[in-house]
Amino acid sequence: MSNGLKTLMNGILKENPTFVLVLGMCPTLATTTSAINGMSMGLATMFVLICSNVVISLLKNLIPDKVRIPAFIVVIATFVTLVQLLMQAYLPAIYDVLGLFIPLIVVNCIVLGRAEAFAAKNSVGLSALDGIGMGLGFTLALTLLGAVRELLGTGSCFGLPVFPENYGALVFVLAPGAFIALAYLMVIINKLQKK
Amino acid sequence: MKKLESTFLNMVLSLVIISVVAAGALAGVYLLTKANIEAQKKAKQEAAKMAVIAGHEDGTAVEAVVDGFGGQFRIMVGFDAEGNILGYEVLEHQETPGLGSHMTHWFKNADKPNQNIIGRKAGSLTVSKDGGDVDAITAATISSRAFLKAINQAYADFHGVEAHTGASQLNKEEAEEDVIIIEAYGEADRTNAMSKETEVNHE
Repeated sequence: MSNGLKTLMNGILKENPTFVLVLGMCPTLATTTSAINGMSMGLATMFVLICSNVVISLLKNLIPDKVRIPAFIVVIATFVTLVQLLMQAYLPAIYDVLGLFIPLIVVNCIVLGRAEAFAAKNSVGLSALDGIGMGLGFTLALTLLGAVRELLGTGSCFGLPVFPENYGALVFVLAPGAFIALAYLMVIINKLQKK
Repeated sequence: MKKLESTFLNMVLSLVIISVVAAGALAGVYLLTKANIEAQKKAKQEAAKMAVIAGHEDGTAVEAVVDGFGGQFRIMVGFDAEGNILGYEVLEHQETPGLGSHMTHWFKNADKPNQNIIGRKAGSLTVSKDGGDVDAITAATISSRAFLKAINQAYADFHGVEAHTGASQLNKEEAEEDVIIIEAYGEADRTNAMSKETEVNHE
């Protein structure tokens, strides 16, 4: 089981999808305008990541190598659409919050990246753990980035005011602030990890 | 089980089977969830209808649909007999999260009179960038324009109905059901929004 734990922790720290692998930058930069938005995107992605990892791991021997990419994309896109339909029908409250982010998951290359790099080579159980670990790592990274941008930009954190909004630098909520905040976070986290 | 070789037949078969299963699953779930999704939309519409005219006996709820930045969006607007805005709810939208999506609360913030439209007279509301007196959502000018367009459109429809039937009379007759819903589908105005893009910092 130590192997499982290692796989789980791998996604959170050593191979964190955002800060170390630098995958899935489009949703990362676009949706982290606040801590809640970042967390919502992270959780929605985690769900799809776990499902697609499990299914692709189950199918890995039935998919010839040369057509694996289109096959993976069909599986992932199907899952994203299923999640959207099911959520809309049975969990409308969550859909109201996450609905906007769901179509963005398709363009997230972490999902395809993990399918290709992990699920296609490992057992179903390990692939599920990898999905959970990567998903958690992605969620934590996006929440952190969202919290930093929200705090610097609007003076609040998770919607709770920390200092008056007038002192916030709006640039952090806008696109350039996403790049700046991400770059500095990446430096800090990689520096800490090396020690 | 051994991995399938990449022969032509295997590749075609595997892709066809995966696609067919995926299409089947999508079609099945679509049919399964269709009724529920419709019901949710209906419930949301009813709730919004009541919310936008809450506490006003002579209120009228009007629905409007326009093209926003990320696709069509639908809003429900409540007017009193004089055409002042009582409230609004966004029913469905695909605006950018964190920017255009703020329209769900931006225009009814009582603490910010420059962006609050509640209580104002509808009909010709425009964002300050276009010479109006409503502050647009930061970094989401196109979404804001589309939103005000929807409000004005709803007002035009409300006004049209009032002129035709006399809303006050109608309200007396249908005291229990004092809500009129008009489906107001606007023409695509994307070209208009796009032509202005050069002068604004859009989303």
